[in-house]
Amino acid sequence: MNLARVASVPLRQFYLYRGSAARFVPLFAWVTIDMVLWGFMTRYLGGLAHTSYRFVPSLLGAVLFWDFMIRVMQGVTTAFFEDVWSRNFLNVFATPITMPEYIAGLLLTSLATSLVGLAVMIVIATAAFGLHFAAYGTMLLPFVLVLFLNGMALGVAAIAIVLRFGPAAEWFVWPIPALLAPFACVYYPLTTLPSAMQWFARLLPPSYVFEGMRAVVSGHAFNGGLLAAAFAFSIGYLVLAYWFFARVFRHAVRTGLIARYSAETVS
Amino acid sequence: MQSPAPTRPAPLDAVLRVENLSKHYGSIHAVKDISFHVCPGEIVGLLGVNGAGKTTTISMILGVLEPTAGSIHIGCADLLRQRSRALASTNFAAVYAPLPGNLTVYENLRVFALLYGVRDFQSRLQSVLDAFDLHKFRNTKCGLLSSGEQTRVSLAKAVLNRPRVLLLDEPTASIDPASAREIRSTIRAFAASTQTGILWTSHNMYEVEEVCSRILFLSRGEIILSGDPCTLPAQYGKSTLEELFIGVAREPLDLGALQS
Repeated sequence: MNLARVASVPLRQFYLYRGSAARFVPLFAWVTIDMVLWGFMTRYLGGLAHTSYRFVPSLLGAVLFWDFMIRVMQGVTTAFFEDVWSRNFLNVFATPITMPEYIAGLLLTSLATSLVGLAVMIVIATAAFGLHFAAYGTMLLPFVLVLFLNGMALGVAAIAIVLRFGPAAEWFVWPIPALLAPFACVYYPLTTLPSAMQWFARLLPPSYVFEGMRAVVSGHAFNGGLLAAAFAFSIGYLVLAYWFFARVFRHAVRTGLIARYSAETVS
Repeated sequence: MQSPAPTRPAPLDAVLRVENLSKHYGSIHAVKDISFHVCPGEIVGLLGVNGAGKTTTISMILGVLEPTAGSIHIGCADLLRQRSRALASTNFAAVYAPLPGNLTVYENLRVFALLYGVRDFQSRLQSVLDAFDLHKFRNTKCGLLSSGEQTRVSLAKAVLNRPRVLLLDEPTASIDPASAREIRSTIRAFAASTQTGILWTSHNMYEVEEVCSRILFLSRGEIILSGDPCTLPAQYGKSTLEELFIGVAREPLDLGALQS
């Protein structure tokens, strides 16, 4: 893997963010809105409920983690869309860059942009609403890693869809987090779902993360086996997503789609 | 009806060797079993009417379109087997592939320098900005430039990595005659000084006569004529290359009739 070629992808995104407030501000604007909205919501719920349930770490923490995963996915897709929007495919793919290098570049970009969002969310949640993740030490780090892997897998699968079906398929990609959210058990325990939905939820590593996070903030132990399963699923999905993208790319090179990738229609 | 032009074997030092290249889309044969080569420092014109297969051929040489059959060698590298190595020695400019308009000239060239593995970026940057008179636009976003200026930026990107093979698809299509003349002169000097082999497509026959030492005439995916652009028209009873082009465009494969 040629690191200079990998670096060209995040460097291009850095230039774009540096030169455009319209790109830079959303890195932290939406997560700020989410933190403020859900921060007040948890404060309100905490005041209503006469239980020992800890809304701030359970609910606001879950929103923070879920937002992080969405930002990881969008970090991959947005970096890819920049090449779609500027009709830059021919210029990029006629260079020596390989597919693993291009994907690695997208993932690095996503890592950088999502960490900005995560940092902003942690600062707001801690300063304004008293969420203290530091109190849990490193126990939450594996959860962050699982969500990061899943965000990457979703992002790579999403760009494969756009590459295969054309730029207009971008509209299939944006709703993906909303479609998965009910099954990811972000806001409620897995047992809340009907049994058929629980079966699907168990295929999604984020559901293990949010179950685990609720257990940890409640002072209970989390089953390490489930965490290992979440890791295994995450790695598997990332490999599957890469395989899907590589297959779609091969199809695009065989049919000439890369060379004329500008049509706005879904084909 | 005459068969396609016979092809000569490629010299050992050819920088681009295309052998028995075909591209089929189902029953449609976009390119049919073509073979040609480009030598160091040579500028070869690839001519043909719209839909003749020029851009398909260029796309295959750029590695963004997989051939149905045949092989492409850039220097010693087999494009289909050693894609990265082959493409590191290649570059291109085309009117239909402008550089991203939301990056400045400097930013675009920096990104493509990384992609092509250009080591001495600062000196190459100065050199290409000089060659294409782009210094004053160094920090201007490409989208704000005129189409002629954007063409010059694309050409600067195209020579940035000192390619062994340069593909230019109608490089002067969107620029005024004075700028076009300067660009032709710059590219010819570049080919001569670096021994880069250039494949040049154009619909401007005056330009082809001025720049190319050899032309390949593509029709319905086949090379039907090849030779010196200055002497080829007379061989077919035409006074100019443009007349020959029009004659071939009307009756693509009836070269016997053209000669009579």
